[in-house]
Amino acid sequence: MTIETTGFGALIIILVMAAVTLVTRWGGVYVMSFVPISYRIRQFISAMSGSVLVALLTPLAINGDNGARLALLTTAISMLLLKKPLPSIALGILAAALYRQI
Amino acid sequence: MNLRLLCWVSTVKNELKGRRLLSDFDANLHELTYQNVWAGFKQLVPISLFVAVFGLAFGLAATQVGLDDSSIIGMSALVFAGASQFSALELWGTQVAIIPLAITIFAINARHLLMGATLYPWLRHLPPVKRYGVMLFVTDPNWAMSMQAFSRGEPAMGLLFGGGISLWIFWVLGTWLGLFFGSAINDPVSLGLDMVMGCFLLAMVFGGQKNLRVLIIWIVAAFSSLMAYWYLPANSHVVVGALAGGILGAIWMEKQQ
Repeated sequence: MTIETTGFGALIIILVMAAVTLVTRWGGVYVMSFVPISYRIRQFISAMSGSVLVALLTPLAINGDNGARLALLTTAISMLLLKKPLPSIALGILAAALYRQI
Repeated sequence: MNLRLLCWVSTVKNELKGRRLLSDFDANLHELTYQNVWAGFKQLVPISLFVAVFGLAFGLAATQVGLDDSSIIGMSALVFAGASQFSALELWGTQVAIIPLAITIFAINARHLLMGATLYPWLRHLPPVKRYGVMLFVTDPNWAMSMQAFSRGEPAMGLLFGGGISLWIFWVLGTWLGLFFGSAINDPVSLGLDMVMGCFLLAMVFGGQKNLRVLIIWIVAAFSSLMAYWYLPANSHVVVGALAGGILGAIWMEKQQ
């Protein structure tokens, strides 16, 4: 099922996003009031929440131009060295910008 | 803000400790007064300033994808979860496949489930309206800080709630500022600004826990995502990758301490 992003469509999509996010904010507390969430399920959730980002980024890295790849590589290396998100993101963008000026 | 629950094992322990502690003697840790909400608000203003910069980046990225201004502000105000909002932009087009989008948002924000679960020992003393009201504003920084405070035996409900309100205000404010930058820039691609989203999400990935187990989970997620991207129906790759990584994580568990 697809929704047009013009007019009311965008609003509906945002409301769906908000509702899903609300479920995640309330769900943990709600479930815990009945039964403790097991260690295995916690491990599943925590592995999944990182994997989803990796899954989203992989095609971006494969299909992007070299500027895009350089940006991602720069951000990854900076995160490993500096461990600070904002400078790492800035350096990644800068790398793409510089590469594309050449 | 980071995605992985950094002090995961320790919070589980603290949760158990907290349960015992609260039921025995110290039932005041959950108190929610104007004073401690205001104190929590002020305590998180410095971090909120950074969050505003991320909000600005989101506003900027969202204008490039073609969202109108009110949708962008509305999304930040109602969703209030950065990584998932950036991911929505990645899936945005003239049409949006709503089910894959909803599942992606759920998978990214599933960490909130863990936050709620770890906060439960303190939240359970609040009446339901307050309990779920506080949870509206729970996000990575205020969760992490209040968990630390709770586990030290300090009252942190005001930090959780007041801090959350501060983060929310600055997130929306930052987004709004991003709209101006977005409309002022003619050729965002040559400035590398199309990469704001990708670099943000990657920084979130690397901001979490890093060890061999996590690395292998990522590789499996990346490989499954790519296979799905090439050979399965459109938009399935995110869900496939997330599930593959999650299932591996559930089979190959960290040692419980």
